[in-house]
Amino acid sequence: MVPLTHYLIFSAVLFSIGVLGVLIRRNAIVVFMCVEIMLNAVNVSLIAFDRYLNQHDGQIFSFMVMCVAAAEVSVGLAIVIALFRNKATVNLDEINLMKW
Amino acid sequence: MELLIFYPLALVSVILALFVVFNKSPIGSAVCLIGMMLGLAGVFILLQAHFLAILQIIVYAGAIMVLFMFVIMLLNLKDDDTKWKIRERNIFLSSATGVLIVGILYKIIDVTTDTKFDSPATVPDNFGTVEVVGTALFTDFVLPFEVASILLLAAMVGAVVLAKSKVD
Amino acid sequence: MIDDILNFLDPYWWLIIGVVKAVIIAVGLLSTVPLLVWLERRLMGRFQVRLGPNRVGPLGLGQALADAIKLLFKENIVQSSADKFLFYLAPAVVVFTAIVTFSAIPFGEPFEVGGESIGLWGANLNIGLLFIFAVSSMGIYGIVLAGLSSNNKYSLMGGLRSSAQMISYELTLGLSALCVVLMSGSLNLYDIVKSQSDMPYAIPLFPAFVLFFIAGVAETNRAPFDLPEAEQELVAGFFTEYSGMKFAMFFMGEYINMITMSALITILFLGGWNSYIGFDIPILVFAFKVFLLLCVFIWLRSTFPRIRYDRLMTFGWKILLPTSLVTMLAYSAIKVLVIDA
Repeated sequence: MVPLTHYLIFSAVLFSIGVLGVLIRRNAIVVFMCVEIMLNAVNVSLIAFDRYLNQHDGQIFSFMVMCVAAAEVSVGLAIVIALFRNKATVNLDEINLMKW
Repeated sequence: MELLIFYPLALVSVILALFVVFNKSPIGSAVCLIGMMLGLAGVFILLQAHFLAILQIIVYAGAIMVLFMFVIMLLNLKDDDTKWKIRERNIFLSSATGVLIVGILYKIIDVTTDTKFDSPATVPDNFGTVEVVGTALFTDFVLPFEVASILLLAAMVGAVVLAKSKVD
Repeated sequence: MIDDILNFLDPYWWLIIGVVKAVIIAVGLLSTVPLLVWLERRLMGRFQVRLGPNRVGPLGLGQALADAIKLLFKENIVQSSADKFLFYLAPAVVVFTAIVTFSAIPFGEPFEVGGESIGLWGANLNIGLLFIFAVSSMGIYGIVLAGLSSNNKYSLMGGLRSSAQMISYELTLGLSALCVVLMSGSLNLYDIVKSQSDMPYAIPLFPAFVLFFIAGVAETNRAPFDLPEAEQELVAGFFTEYSGMKFAMFFMGEYINMITMSALITILFLGGWNSYIGFDIPILVFAFKVFLLLCVFIWLRSTFPRIRYDRLMTFGWKILLPTSLVTMLAYSAIKVLVIDA
């Protein structure tokens, strides 16, 4: 059997890849995708804990995570579209009006 | 059996996640992300969370990623990203990430040295089915469920307002 | 020697049966497609007061074979501006998801062979209905990727339209199927058919049936909702750049989706293999109902003009979705207040 540690390490690796993507990519849409990777990684560990502790709370929680992800993506992509209308770019480094 | 399924799935998911980060075109990233989500759905089935696995496919792979694809198509970002560079080297950020990863891994190993995590608990046959998860969702967790629905409503209104071309 | 092999195989019978069933379903579906194309062309001919293909073989049946051979031997053109990998991936995704969707559809009672009970389904899943929705929603990617990768404005428009259309109509599809789930209390397609042994759900759930049918036609990209392809305005939309066998794979995907949708409507609303008139060969009853629905699909195509894109969206979001929500709420109220009380 696979011990829980392996599931958690798997989840941590995915999460780190997500963080890496958010930090090094500049394309707003790809950054969003990397946020999705992070959320998914969290779901893996929640569900793995559920299975090893015989509970359902983690599954409910990952259900909520999915809801939040859906809401976040719909609003986020709407913002990206609105930005694209104004500046014709999705490069995060060029969107710096608020920077001083 | 579980070993034979888990490690290839995990490996493929991690590789696809890396491709998401290092792919040149956003479309390629999106396709790899869909693959990764399907891989994770497989992991969920392995963990007997059947309902969540199906939700993962319907919600993530079927709805959220279509939205991504739709926006990529709408903005026609095909060649936008051909020569992306890595952000300027930022020592603070890289070291912070390193510390974060080491911290997470240390905590994981620290927590799971408990022997009850060595093998999965014996679970009833109906573990993770629609029935059980649904019952829990509508009895113990009914307030979070309602709050989530309000969140989705707010997001819907927000998306419509933001993406509207002219605000009247 | 043979005994050894049989002994070795003994614990793996389920695997062998599964493989055989998978092969039968895939081959059966793929060989039905040419026949369906023939049926469509013949029927369309009749609807438009002409003959349709009738030269090759008896009744023109050889036409299907001739077309298949022609498409196999055509040159495979990939234009240089296309994204090669995604260009090849797209038709494969379409056909793969179409066939996998059908694997969860039961089409008869299980029967006994040598002590093993063999069900007439690829897999009898506990969450069969959700599985079908999940996999068929993956089918959009074939169309979207085809539109994106061929680097062609018409294809892009087709892909854009199809993704918007499929997302919008999936909601109605799901909500009206939910009415059936409410009444039968199960997501298992076999149980849903069992619960209709007295009366098909099309009668008590008539509004849901109509909504599901409309959304189903839109989901399979058939006329009058065939905006993603729209020969006249988008020159076949997302598969403008495809030729030869890859083109044929899109066609196969569409026709298999049509069969799956007909089978799903049969199971959810028309009582599956229950004949209600004492005719007791389950597979034939099921096949007959699916055949009737396929004819209706063809009939719709030759009757209705394509609706305009903005009207399609308005119809989906402002008429179908509220109606299906109200229908769902009404049936939940009936279920709680009348049936359970």
